[in-house]
Amino acid sequence: MELLAQQLITGIATGGIYACMALAVVMIYQAIHHLNFAQGEMAMFSTFIAWQMLAWGVPYWLVIPLTVAISFVGGVAIERLVIRPLGDAPVLSHIVVFIGLFAILNSLAGFIWDFTIKPFPSPFGEGSQLGGLISNHQIGMIAVTMTVLVMLFAFFQYTRVGLGMRAAAENPESARLVGIRVGWMIALGWGMAAAIGSIAGILIAPIVFLEPNMMLSILLYGFAGAVLGGLTSPTGAVFGGFMVGIIENLAGTYIPVIGGELKLPIALVLIVTVLVFKPTGLFGRTVVQRV
Amino acid sequence: MSMLLEVTGLHASYGDFRVLHGLDFSVEKGGISTLLGANGAGKTTTLRALCGMIKRSGSIRFDGKDIGGKATEDIVRLGVAHVPEGRGTFTGLTTEENLQCGAMTRSSSAEIARDLEQAYHWFPRLRERRNQQAGTLSGGEQQMLAIARALMLRPRLMLLDEPSFGLAPLIVQEMFSILRKVNQEQDVAMLIVEQNAGVVLELADNAFVLETGDIVMSGTAAEIRDNETIRAAYLGY
Repeated sequence: MELLAQQLITGIATGGIYACMALAVVMIYQAIHHLNFAQGEMAMFSTFIAWQMLAWGVPYWLVIPLTVAISFVGGVAIERLVIRPLGDAPVLSHIVVFIGLFAILNSLAGFIWDFTIKPFPSPFGEGSQLGGLISNHQIGMIAVTMTVLVMLFAFFQYTRVGLGMRAAAENPESARLVGIRVGWMIALGWGMAAAIGSIAGILIAPIVFLEPNMMLSILLYGFAGAVLGGLTSPTGAVFGGFMVGIIENLAGTYIPVIGGELKLPIALVLIVTVLVFKPTGLFGRTVVQRV
Repeated sequence: MSMLLEVTGLHASYGDFRVLHGLDFSVEKGGISTLLGANGAGKTTTLRALCGMIKRSGSIRFDGKDIGGKATEDIVRLGVAHVPEGRGTFTGLTTEENLQCGAMTRSSSAEIARDLEQAYHWFPRLRERRNQQAGTLSGGEQQMLAIARALMLRPRLMLLDEPSFGLAPLIVQEMFSILRKVNQEQDVAMLIVEQNAGVVLELADNAFVLETGDIVMSGTAAEIRDNETIRAAYLGY
């Protein structure tokens, strides 16, 4: 029983990270209708920036907002400099650009900070609660991801900029006709996705350790979450992210064949299964429209 | 009467294919002009060219300012509201969110709230459907929503692309009477593109008849309406 509770908690904690990555992916997907394969590497790079600041002795409470801000600017810059000039280029051009971004960020991080695995301190310290059932870091992960997700929900639901971003993603032409600056809304989406990714990176780094390839599997789980929930639904992506975290941990523990080694294929199996049987995902809407 | 919109020598093309061959037309301040013509005459293209949604050349002056080189968003911010062909509904947003989008360029939330009330006053059906996903509204309701959303901009000029398209005659009557009220009470000038010439000529001050990218006839709405030859040749009613 305690094992089950522990695995559930671990699942929810890592699921929060997958939810953040899934949400970042979905935000960009809704704006430009392409999957950003470099989302994970962007997050990894942000985490290295945080690590560097920590190494320079900047206090943790300052490192997090600074990293988020730098990542936001970086995300906007990538959109302006790399994605925007692509315009309506075919899907393969986008994929190649994303792979290019992936490779550039990955090697750049390796070049600057080298490829050795680095420990990354938890912002919430060591130790655990409830007789070792849940670590302080897990509590922190769950609290932070929940806060981020609730804030994002409020932003999109109750602010004018959030409404403008939704309108721009849904119908760019109509959005222009009501005076929304669609290009900047897309750039804003990239900035926010990068910022969310940086938080996910900082939260997961103490668990998987910091190195240039650390986000590879995390992003895969994020994709699985996004596909499971539905690429057209931010809420679905978040739900999917948590589900993937829980499924991954329970399957790893209770299905002997899978164990620790075969966890990653679960993500792939999920992606394939969902795409075959319910391509819109659990929450994805088939757009309701009268003609 | 001074002109709010003055267009001279408007050209536009899709790729290499030229669609408009130098149009001259205008809308008076607070007036209503209509562009009439058959399918493929270039009516929709004309509106899209005015809003910078396609490449165009020629002089487009709005309130004395040249807007021929401006981006769509900037033209809208000057007070030009375009109700596009197909209504341009944000289908995934609620009715009220659609209306809020219309006021995206304005800052005073008190004024926006008042205009929202006004919109619901004009289109009571929209109030009933305020929290409903806009894509599930009927065609007539979506057309009402498109007009209401355009009004949320507090426009000085409205461009309406076939507002009567696909609507029942009774709804068309209702909509045009609301447009008349908007024009009179809020001093909003209008450029209406229509195939349904009979209805729009009752409303408009001036009319321009478009045929394959050229204006072949223009005059006051009454002149066009009373001219048997034009009616038979171009308007078909």
